[in-house]
Amino acid sequence: MCPAPSPTPEPDPPATGQNVTSGAAVHDLTKRFGPVQALGGVTLDFPGGQVTALMGENGAGKSTLLKILTGDHQPTGGRITLEGQPLTLESPARARAAGIRIIPQEPEIIPYVSVAENVYAGALPTSAGRRLDRTELRRRVTADLDRLGFTGVLDPDLLGSQLTPAQRQLVEIMRAVTGEAKVVAFDEPTSSLSEHEVDALFRLIRRLRDQGTAVIYVSHRMQEIFQLADRIAVLRDGNLVGVQDARSTSVDELVRLMVGRDLSTMFTRRRADRGRLVLDVKDLTTEDVRNVNLQMHAGEVVGLAGLVGAGRSELALALAGDRPVLSGTVTLDGQRLRHGRPGEVIRAGLGLAPEERKAQALFLHRSIRDNSSLVVLERLRRLRFVSRAAERKLVQQYADRLRVRAPSIEHEVRKLSGGNQQKVVLARWLARKPKVLILDEPTRGIDVGAKAEIYQIIADLAEEGVALLVISSELPELLGLADRVVVMQNGRVTGELGHEDATEEAVLSLAMADDIAGVTPAGASS
Amino acid sequence: MTTITPQATKDAPPGQGAVGGSRTLLSFVGGQNLSLIGALAVVLALFGILNENYLSVSNMQVIAEAATITGLLAVVQTVVIICGGLDISVGSQVGVASVVSAMVFTSTGDNALLGVAVAVGVGVLVGVLNGLVIVYGRVNPTIATLAGLAAYKGLAQLLSDGRAQGYVLNDDIFVFLGRGKVAGIPAMVWILIAVAVAVHLLLTRTDIGRNIYAIGGNDTAARLAGININKYLVAVYALIGVVAAIAGILLTARTGSGQPTSGSEGLELKAITAAALGGCALRGGKGGIGGTLLAVALLGCLENGLTVEGINSFWQNVAQGALLVIAVVIQQRRSGERAVGLPT
Ligand SMILES: Nc1ncnc2c1ncn2[C@@H]1O[C@H](COP(=O)(O)OP(=O)(O)OP(=O)(O)O)[C@@H](O)[C@H]1O
Ligand SMILES: [Mg+2]
Repeated sequence: MCPAPSPTPEPDPPATGQNVTSGAAVHDLTKRFGPVQALGGVTLDFPGGQVTALMGENGAGKSTLLKILTGDHQPTGGRITLEGQPLTLESPARARAAGIRIIPQEPEIIPYVSVAENVYAGALPTSAGRRLDRTELRRRVTADLDRLGFTGVLDPDLLGSQLTPAQRQLVEIMRAVTGEAKVVAFDEPTSSLSEHEVDALFRLIRRLRDQGTAVIYVSHRMQEIFQLADRIAVLRDGNLVGVQDARSTSVDELVRLMVGRDLSTMFTRRRADRGRLVLDVKDLTTEDVRNVNLQMHAGEVVGLAGLVGAGRSELALALAGDRPVLSGTVTLDGQRLRHGRPGEVIRAGLGLAPEERKAQALFLHRSIRDNSSLVVLERLRRLRFVSRAAERKLVQQYADRLRVRAPSIEHEVRKLSGGNQQKVVLARWLARKPKVLILDEPTRGIDVGAKAEIYQIIADLAEEGVALLVISSELPELLGLADRVVVMQNGRVTGELGHEDATEEAVLSLAMADDIAGVTPAGASS
Repeated sequence: MTTITPQATKDAPPGQGAVGGSRTLLSFVGGQNLSLIGALAVVLALFGILNENYLSVSNMQVIAEAATITGLLAVVQTVVIICGGLDISVGSQVGVASVVSAMVFTSTGDNALLGVAVAVGVGVLVGVLNGLVIVYGRVNPTIATLAGLAAYKGLAQLLSDGRAQGYVLNDDIFVFLGRGKVAGIPAMVWILIAVAVAVHLLLTRTDIGRNIYAIGGNDTAARLAGININKYLVAVYALIGVVAAIAGILLTARTGSGQPTSGSEGLELKAITAAALGGCALRGGKGGIGGTLLAVALLGCLENGLTVEGINSFWQNVAQGALLVIAVVIQQRRSGERAVGLPT
């Protein structure tokens, strides 16, 4: 079951195009999608026993490179070698059999099947007569959960459809590392994980590396890269612009390589006085959220912190009118909001950019323009006819500001890279400029340059009097942005910290208040 | 620095920036419909060679008139498919409207306007009923309208006792609708053109159209963007009811009397075939009127050609079924669907 150790990892100096006998390598790899050159001749090796980080702006070609390695895409040109032997990967099944695994950017989970069956899908244990052997399945899944350190985070009996984004990610990870893996690639695995799961994941990655597996790690989070990586390869516009030794490079150096210019990565917002009360939430209770009280003022940025499953996204959806409210009230600028009618809530002035871009926000077969303008159409229309010129101008403005990378705003959203899709979701709501804007994980999968721009836009909106509620699992980001931080656990607000008191330790201790106090969390399913 | 985008300057195909006046025409026809135009040209050329009368103006008029009723239904079928639904009761709805228009006409002392108005009113009711069953009964659209297919056919037969009803060709309005010409083009065809242009503008130029595409593309996202999905679905089915009623009235005008089933049975198959052939994705969110109309023309020319050549109608059914499958296969190939699992 465990990934077998491959031949002794060789202590390669970090460089490209080397002849290595363990791990995988790509040689002069190119990939075109119609007019878009996603990869322009990349030569790079991924030696066994090392973590090679892959960095680059949104749309630089990272996911494309990984998808070629796993047989999802066929390269336009170039070669792939595994353990020095040439390899053609005509299908994902072939790549899997060869020992190349990926944890994709967007997890693919079978909805009405248990976690255990999701993990072993395609290789379920059977007893005589091909009957599913449930005892063996349970034994295996418990053993694997334990081995990977996910026990307690992931209930093997939950159905795929009941999983949170983090749990879906964990299922993908389990899938990838069962069986014998020679190369394991992680495409932004932590973007939906919280601290706790990230720790478990990092332990797992280090163990894989020590066993001689070649690990490829894609992320936009500098901190993680420096914790994990042995070497860092940077892509820009589909070309390799440098491979750095993780011990001797710096954040600034990497940013310069990625973006092609210097960039301040630190963000601190100038804080203004809070304005009038705009959102007043009283004793709000839904299926997943209990007795939440929250007040927001014009021009204020409130951070919402908590571990995965704390109910932050559920609270956001409840405020947006998309969850049945059991008791309590939500008042926006004096108007009581009814639940079950997201349209009314939006018209009253509350917007939510939801957490899961593909499932909850995007129309993949429509253009960037259509996707971005959806909630501002009523401002762009005359007699119900949408003014195309005004629409184009508005969308172009936000696409430029957020640095959406595409041939034009008429490009279909499904053809964009993950980070660029996220930018389209943000553009939609930033263009709307509601009185209260909830951003659920706004910078998930977004590159450093665009992140800085998003922070600036958030600050500008606050300046203009918008009240913002920002949910983020990246604590430093939240602390840098927020005027105060509200912390949740198990569906309840466990505390609130002013900007001065909001340190990572203080937030975390509130986020785990119950566990620390030894209280058994009720409703353990959340 | 703008980032839309370095690639555009470097890699955009020449001419992409220079889309001006031809843009609207292209967007109406749709790039992917070029293959339909090609197929149409082949069909026209083939039957034109086989039969010298095939390409005559009078035969073209026959084709256009015969295709009008299918065309109307295909146009609204396109709308409902785009928003993720389906309506297989359209043929039966046409039968109801045809019978109602003729019976009201005769029983009100030959009041054509009243006959038309009541037929349209009944169409709205039937459409709204479909919508309500789907939305509030939470019934899958295919099942709900399959029930409608049977029930409305029965209704038309009950109303008419299963026989053709009334005679309407003593009235100028019906004569004009069925036989009249404006600028050398049959009145019926003008009606189709008017409906098609209106629906095309609705889909492409208004916020309503955008919302319809959104609902079919991703209903969760549409809901979170504040679109009242239920309202839209009921309205779309009501629109189908209205247009199916118009088609029923035209059927009455063409045949001279109210027809419970003849002339309307099987229309749902033709309408859905045309929509699919025209590029509608049956899972919703994709499609357009231009493609559908081209497909209607293709089907009409093919059917007429086969008839002119004396090929029996059983074969025509086979050909039509085959076309539907071929259309969807081509569509799936083009969209790069992976050949794994049940297709959507
Ligand atoms: N299926 C596709 N069809 C067309 N273009 C595509 C497709 N997939 C990717 N691209 C294009 O290829 C380029 C590289 O995309 P890729 O997904 O590899 O970026 P990435 O580096 O992973 O970015 P991100 O950090 O946002 O995930 C982008 O310009 C993208 O628009
Ligand atoms: Mg990516």
